[in-house]
Amino acid sequence: MQKFLNKQTVITSLILCALYLLVQISVVFDLLNPFYTLNIILIGINIILAVSLSLIIGFTGQLAIGHAGFMAVGAYTSSILTVKLGQPFPLAILAGSVAAAIIGFVIGLPTLRLKGDYLAIATLGFGEIIKVLLINFEYVGGASGFHGIPHITSWSWVFFLALFTVIFIKNFINSTHGRACISVREDEIAAETMGINTTKYKVMAFTIGAFFAGTAGALFAHYFYILQPNNFGFLRSVDYLVMVVFGGLGSISGSILAAIVLTIINAALQSVAELRMIFFSVLLIAIMIFRPQGLMGNKEFSLQFFNRLLRGGKQRDLAQGK
Amino acid sequence: MEHLHTFLQQVINGVSLGSIYALIALGYTMVYGIIKLINFAHGDIYMVGAYIGFFAITKLNMTFIPALVTAMVFCAVLGIIIERVAYKPLRNSTRIAALITAIGVSLFLEYTGMLIVTPQPRAFPDVIPQTKFNFFSGSVYITNQQAVIFIVAVVLMFLLQYIVYKTKIGKAMRAVSYDKDTALLMGVNVNTTISATFAIGSSLAAAAGILVGIYYTSISPLMGIVPGLKAFVAAVLGGIGSIPGAAVGGLLMGVIEAMVSGYWSSTLRDAVAFGILILILIIRPSGIFGSNVREKV
Repeated sequence: MQKFLNKQTVITSLILCALYLLVQISVVFDLLNPFYTLNIILIGINIILAVSLSLIIGFTGQLAIGHAGFMAVGAYTSSILTVKLGQPFPLAILAGSVAAAIIGFVIGLPTLRLKGDYLAIATLGFGEIIKVLLINFEYVGGASGFHGIPHITSWSWVFFLALFTVIFIKNFINSTHGRACISVREDEIAAETMGINTTKYKVMAFTIGAFFAGTAGALFAHYFYILQPNNFGFLRSVDYLVMVVFGGLGSISGSILAAIVLTIINAALQSVAELRMIFFSVLLIAIMIFRPQGLMGNKEFSLQFFNRLLRGGKQRDLAQGK
Repeated sequence: MEHLHTFLQQVINGVSLGSIYALIALGYTMVYGIIKLINFAHGDIYMVGAYIGFFAITKLNMTFIPALVTAMVFCAVLGIIIERVAYKPLRNSTRIAALITAIGVSLFLEYTGMLIVTPQPRAFPDVIPQTKFNFFSGSVYITNQQAVIFIVAVVLMFLLQYIVYKTKIGKAMRAVSYDKDTALLMGVNVNTTISATFAIGSSLAAAAGILVGIYYTSISPLMGIVPGLKAFVAAVLGGIGSIPGAAVGGLLMGVIEAMVSGYWSSTLRDAVAFGILILILIIRPSGIFGSNVREKV
């Protein structure tokens, strides 16, 4: 069992290294058209956002729809540090993430006492408040936007931070704390009866999710030169909600897959923005009616999964024994 | 004295805006009361109502009242269709699934609207030419449009009160919202009752849509988002599930918003509205008129 897992880890690492080098070489030698490069970067950023939101919605079962708000906090904080205070980029990313996490904690503590639908509205309201405050905040350009942000985000930054996010959240979910979060999703009352401090774990998941949304925001800001408060509205939060729901409520690999697929669909349908949103909305409704657990459910997509397919289910016992 | 005049003027503006919020909030509260779902698409039904009114007036040359009735009937049907297609299959699934579907329906209406009527805002026709009634030598005034909005809203609210408390279908609604399964055992047709609730709520939203068209003279496919959310805040403020609560909450929201834009800054009024929501949810989640519901295992 242990040996098998090790082999799997080695293969996964090799595939990831190959992927990294492939794109890195293409970027360095300018083999890709800028539109493709942009979308590859965007896929990486969206993976961070989708996986972090998946921790909140998919694993802890808290319907929060203000993720774009945390992203905005990270984006603006990091840009203030690099543009106004002349600090290095890594520090800016860290500061942006920590700022988003602090706001997430402060918002989460009171609002997570609320149940499902109230929480959705409260987080939505919070996202809008952030947007309105940024519009009225002249120091960062107000409604016309924050200009002149240096272009620092590169494929390497996005790749390694996305990888870090996925590994961190995967390990978190497999830890005691992560198990507690899942129990909150399954049945809050039962979890509480078993002695789990539900508020603590909800706030924990929410804060971690906000932290990584801040990271993604910082990467986003330093790729696109300009930030506008209206970019971080309700619709952006819905984009990530669609990714999590599409991928599967409670599946990290599902969220990653959905982030990749939906970013590509987004890019392909860019010229017909209205059709794109109609497509997304029908997708949301159809998934909820026909497959409410999302496409992947809570299954993880891994090498083991392939093995099982190839060997016709012989590995099933092994997989369950995991 | 001048302060008093400004204050009175803001109260008047707030009450007419608030009666529109109240009409939308009633739909939210009724649907929530009966199937415990926040119908995100409600704000968009209000947008559809405004557009139906717009086309009824400009293309079919209707006057105010027939246009109002047309829009209300159309949206009632739309509400029933939405419930049957999108929400009914999810009645026994998790609330998070139903909520995500509601968001999907809302986006669908918004962007289908954009595709059909183009994203450009349109000028709502001037069905009620504005006249001002001045008080205190002109420093405070009420327009006849504000008066019409208030009167229509009040009439509809009384009508709703009558339907819910004096008719058979109203009795069925109260029974279903109290306990769906028991109501079913007692021979209440739950499906029809839920459809009727959606129809009534949606027609109230349509009326609000036309009234807003008259008040702000401009309509667009995304006009439903912010008023929809604010009406939801109003419903929570009054106590979600409570009909008088929605009316009072709506009026309060309107007045607070008018005060914020009058005395402070009109760009901050949205932030204030959501700030109120978060405060209410933290301090008294059951709202002004709501009662605390104990959770049963």
